[in-house]
Amino acid sequence: MALAQAKQDVTEARLAALSLPEGAGWIKAAREDALARLRAMGLPGRRDEYWKWTRPDALTAPDAAQAAVFEGDDTPVFGEIDRVRLVFVDGVFDAAQSDDPTLAGVEIERLEAAAQTDIHWLKELYGVLETRGQDPVHRPLAALNTAYATDGVVIRATGKAERPVSLIYLHESETSDATLHHVIKVEEGAELTVLENGPAAARLNMVMEVEVADNAAFHHVRAQGRDHERRAVTHLFARLGTESVFKSFTMTANGVLTRNESVIELTGDNATAHIAGACTGDGDFHHDDTVFITHDAAHCESRQVYKKVLRNGAAGVFQGKILVKPDAQKTDGYQISQALLLDGDSQFFAKPELEIYADDVQCSHGSTTGAIDETAIFYLRSRGVPEAEAQDLLTLAFLAEAIEEIEDETIAEDIRTRLEAWLARRRGG
Amino acid sequence: MLEIKNLHVKLEEEDKAILKGVDLSIGAGEVHAIMGPNGSGKSTLSYVMSGRDGYEVTEGTATLEGADVLEMEPEERAAAGLFLAFQYPVEIPGVGNMTFLRTALNSQRKARGQEELSAGDFLKLIRAKAADLKIGADMLKRPVNVGFSGGEKKRNEILQMAVLEPKMCILDETDSGLDVDAMKLVSDGVNALRDAGRSFLVITHYQRLLNHIVPDVVHIMANGQIVKSGGKELALEVEENGYADILGDVPGEVV
Ligand SMILES: Nc1ncnc2c1ncn2[C@@H]1O[C@H](COP(=O)(O)OP(=O)(O)O)[C@@H](O)[C@H]1O
Ligand SMILES: [Mg+2]
Repeated sequence: MALAQAKQDVTEARLAALSLPEGAGWIKAAREDALARLRAMGLPGRRDEYWKWTRPDALTAPDAAQAAVFEGDDTPVFGEIDRVRLVFVDGVFDAAQSDDPTLAGVEIERLEAAAQTDIHWLKELYGVLETRGQDPVHRPLAALNTAYATDGVVIRATGKAERPVSLIYLHESETSDATLHHVIKVEEGAELTVLENGPAAARLNMVMEVEVADNAAFHHVRAQGRDHERRAVTHLFARLGTESVFKSFTMTANGVLTRNESVIELTGDNATAHIAGACTGDGDFHHDDTVFITHDAAHCESRQVYKKVLRNGAAGVFQGKILVKPDAQKTDGYQISQALLLDGDSQFFAKPELEIYADDVQCSHGSTTGAIDETAIFYLRSRGVPEAEAQDLLTLAFLAEAIEEIEDETIAEDIRTRLEAWLARRRGG
Repeated sequence: MLEIKNLHVKLEEEDKAILKGVDLSIGAGEVHAIMGPNGSGKSTLSYVMSGRDGYEVTEGTATLEGADVLEMEPEERAAAGLFLAFQYPVEIPGVGNMTFLRTALNSQRKARGQEELSAGDFLKLIRAKAADLKIGADMLKRPVNVGFSGGEKKRNEILQMAVLEPKMCILDETDSGLDVDAMKLVSDGVNALRDAGRSFLVITHYQRLLNHIVPDVVHIMANGQIVKSGGKELALEVEENGYADILGDVPGEVV
């Protein structure tokens, strides 16, 4: 079917100033394929069903809108955690600010370097999981990323990594437009934790492709930066092998526009996938979590836990789907998305979906929107807790179920402290 | 300690008068009881004292050690030493009982210009107080009142009171839903707190609690007013003859 002219125009306008990066034959082919995929799909428009509640315009425009750089971030998240730090400034790797990327049992390479290598394991994954994730729903911004990303990291874990790999995204230019593509392969029996934090750029398009092999474990904790005017679209594609574990948690505070898509395929029996998000939005904040989990093996468990706290006209979106294929018997699928609206101006849109083709499964989903419990506020105040603190306490309690999805208690505590500080700052003015 | 004069209260949302001129004077160290039929306004009095929204004071005053209570925010009243044990304690999912207690205690200490208690000191304090009320570690760890039985909720209220050490304690139907053993635990908890500098207002529908917590003065409330006051014998009179009989004595009161 031919693409509507308007869609074609938007797509070509976006591509006009871009050129495919140089690289070895295999990645050149992968990029050309991605570009062809993108041209066939066209960039998302306001009329696309999948973008019903989130306007893609700012993400598809040829240039990034200006975004002020937030000054005075006192204590960056994960600061106390022993980790291998890899720093990107406005989407470009900065070796000088990064740690020496040597970690026992883990190979870390810059995408650019891997792309110049004629024979590389990356060939089996780069753009491959993204391509799988294009069916049955189109994700054109991910194809755009695969075609044009020049930077990112390529990580292969062959053993149990003793420290997390921490990707730090600094934002320095008010008009930066970053495209990052990371590929992570956790080999059989290996374990790896990846942390991400920072605003990255005025506009960020990030793709992370993760292959978790049999009996391997991957943990991902992300704190999306708090620069108020930044915009971001991210795609997390994961494929899980037998008895593997995948856990991802994202905290988002601020940002005028964030769309986080997560596409997870459980392809080996007894695999576990947990994905969670906690976001706090104030004012012209728009946050969209779009999740697609496919159960394609038996005895797998998946869990989606999304919590949003919205105030002053902030908007939250959740589109979450569990697809259970015919052979995925004994699937245990759970999905919850909840919003706490701190005033009457804020809005939450949710579309939970189950599509089940196996007969012996257990799947449940729920979505709620509610205000803060005034009776509980009064109870706390009657015990001496000031109103604003009482509200914060209940807000953190609301977010707790999502934060509990973080496996590492030190990291969870760090995230909790961050959220507390965010709430306290909001209170201050 | 607590002086209530000619207190008139109506609902904020509608023109319904609930308290119609309540006078009450509780001295330091005294225990007063308020008894009265359902709907007479006992809980309303306790809520208005603690500052709950939804009520409007149309006339009268209330002071705690001379300070105007009605002007204060609920948290200020708490820091000033007022405590209400709720008739229906509130459940707070996601907030651990310990966190709740520590936040409350430290908020009050901060408001009074005292140093906050460290985690270690708090733990010692809470363990001792909880043991007296036979409250186990499990109940302390669970979210506030979530999944607690009726009796556990009431014991938890008394635990909060024991930890916060208020000057003026109002207990709203703390006996309801308690079996004999729990009643004894709760009243022992209250009696342990009796002190020359601490006063109690015990609201109850039945006399039996007053066998354990022996009051200095008993008031009967009906239709938004205190219609009769007396010594602890008055409670026994209610027990024997019911409210109708006593209220029948009151001129002009229709029951
Ligand atoms: N928030 C409210 N909304 C409507 N009616 C109320 C409210 N609070 C109290 N009332 C009414 O006021 C009267 C007194 O209630 P309450 O103080 O609970 O009495 P008691 O505790 O003595 O049983 C009752 O008629 C009750 O229905
Ligand atoms: Mg009552």
